[in-house]
Amino acid sequence: MFKWFVKWFHRFGSPPYFYRLAGLWLPWLTGLFTILLIGGLYGGLVLAPTDYQQGESYRIIFVHVPAAWMSMFIYMVMATCGIVVLVWRMKLAEVVLSCAAPIGASFTFLALITGSLWGKPMWGTYWVWDARLTSELILLFLYLGVIGLYGAIDDKRVAARAVAILAIVGMVNIPIIHYSVEWWNSLHQGATVTKFDKPSIAWSMLWPLLVMALAFKVYFVISLFQRVRAELLHRERNTRWVEELVKS
Amino acid sequence: MKRLSLSQAFWFLLRRDLLLALRNRSELANPLLFFVLVITLFPLAVGAEPNLLARIAPGIIWVAALLASMLSLDAIFRSDFEDGTLEQMLLSAHPVPVLVLAKVTAHWLVTGLPLLLVAPLLAMMLGLDEDAYGILLLTILLGTPVLSLIGSIGVALTIGLRKGGIILSLLVLPLYVPVLIFSASAIDAAAGGLSVSAQLSMMMAFLFLSLSLSPVATAAALKMSMS
Amino acid sequence: MSALLQTSDLTCVKDDRVLFENLNLSLSEGQILLVEGKNGSGKTSLLRILTGLNLPESGEVLWQGQPISEVGPEYYEQVNYVGHHDGIKRDLTCLENLRLVQAMGKPMPIDLDDALDKVNLYRFGDNFVATLSAGQKRRLALARLVVTEAKLWIMDEPFTSLDKASMAMFQEMFEKHLANGGVIVMTSHHDIEMKNSDVVRLNLSE
Repeated sequence: MFKWFVKWFHRFGSPPYFYRLAGLWLPWLTGLFTILLIGGLYGGLVLAPTDYQQGESYRIIFVHVPAAWMSMFIYMVMATCGIVVLVWRMKLAEVVLSCAAPIGASFTFLALITGSLWGKPMWGTYWVWDARLTSELILLFLYLGVIGLYGAIDDKRVAARAVAILAIVGMVNIPIIHYSVEWWNSLHQGATVTKFDKPSIAWSMLWPLLVMALAFKVYFVISLFQRVRAELLHRERNTRWVEELVKS
Repeated sequence: MKRLSLSQAFWFLLRRDLLLALRNRSELANPLLFFVLVITLFPLAVGAEPNLLARIAPGIIWVAALLASMLSLDAIFRSDFEDGTLEQMLLSAHPVPVLVLAKVTAHWLVTGLPLLLVAPLLAMMLGLDEDAYGILLLTILLGTPVLSLIGSIGVALTIGLRKGGIILSLLVLPLYVPVLIFSASAIDAAAGGLSVSAQLSMMMAFLFLSLSLSPVATAAALKMSMS
Repeated sequence: MSALLQTSDLTCVKDDRVLFENLNLSLSEGQILLVEGKNGSGKTSLLRILTGLNLPESGEVLWQGQPISEVGPEYYEQVNYVGHHDGIKRDLTCLENLRLVQAMGKPMPIDLDDALDKVNLYRFGDNFVATLSAGQKRRLALARLVVTEAKLWIMDEPFTSLDKASMAMFQEMFEKHLANGGVIVMTSHHDIEMKNSDVVRLNLSE
């Protein structure tokens, strides 16, 4: 079993193999994404009942919460790739790491925008220093740091190693930052009701949320595959398999 | 002859860096001066109303300490990088994280520790509650080494870049957030007569965590930067 | 005679350009490897890969049959690297610099004034490096060969800024090191003649 996995791991990591495989998967993933998105949106915007406290405006959670989850998830993906880059120096992981960062930053940005749009009817202002929003903002800075560092180093293999170290350092720090901000928030704004943490949520609201979360994950994979394929072509432009691909 | 033991190598490098700092002592005052200057700007910007200043004093002092520490970071490795001694350090027979720790310690002794000397003066000028002075010094003592340690990772990542400065701040400042939160809050609480043990134990935890992890990350980043 | 330093299938790629591919080298005691080639042919890259500062695209560097990444400190104890930078601090004196060199490596039991004498810097011990000329700095950089006990000397253009007399002096020192069972890898634009030694030449441009 383990031997089989190692073999698969090595094959999967080879750029031409991954390029072909990702190309095969993309149409299926796109189909899956469409179904999930339509289902999730229908469930969230039409089927789910109106909230007795927040009215219709709460429905933005069907975008906000999945986006916030993705912002964390993608950083974890990056840190995992970072370990693979540093330990096995696998090229594919380098590319995935560098391609995931802008997508993660976009999701973080989306979570921030939707969060502040939600804040307007809730708090009467677009921005409050809510723990969740503040953490997301700092997470966005971490993403921008990764993107900035990757862009600043000319040799992309070296850049990938630099970013790998940074992503791992960030991963160790994210829980600490998150906890600190929450603690800070409870200290300074004890009176504000945090609307993002619901102790319990009705099933009719929960399932569209989960479907949307799944849709976002699939979207991440689609977007990542496309970016990785493009980046692989660029990086391996002098190799035989790219030459053959262009000719055929 | 046998090579030096680990602790001997650590002390040797620490002494060397202190000696070098002493020979360039005109640069020693710069972070300190910056620290004082930034704090002077605040009353000019927000007004000299004593109550307001006293209330925001912990925050101001710590934001200024953060910036002063960040500006001085580059000096940890810059000259060694340029004259090739850093290269030789990576090729030394000793574990690089230990050497890194020696250099960061030396750097903290000449840039972080002096903040202790002027902080009470500034606190007095801002009208900080007198009960909080001790805690202010304690947070600086516990917090600034963490800043140097975390910062060293950032410098190591950007040392080879032509325009590393602005990226360095982008990398390092978000990671400084927990230190800022807990130290400012500890001073706040002390000024209000509340218990500060929670904040101080968190800061202690940060210190030990960064002491054990950051030299390893810095060493890896230096290796990356030299290739 | 077993090989001390070996490379197996070493490949180096820089910015999409393959500098060298599947390089297999084997050096035993008393051998000197002269790396030749045009500018940008990968001489410095090869030397830095041998020290472990740079990583090869693929392949390994072996010290006494073991990959250098696994040997660690025992390898670095045996290596002296003189690169483009002198690796000495201008705000320290010559003696302080040599003490630093010894502290970082495996010190040779030698009086440091004698060591300075060997590189023609006698009586410069208490002078700050900042006051030395370029050639004197280079000689001080090369003094690390005298004050540490390393078998393998890896040198990138060691003769930069040296005059003829100094060059001859160091060549003599190299030959002595080889005769004592040392190994040298170096690049040089100057013609090197080492009549009594086992010279291996590698041209990366061919």
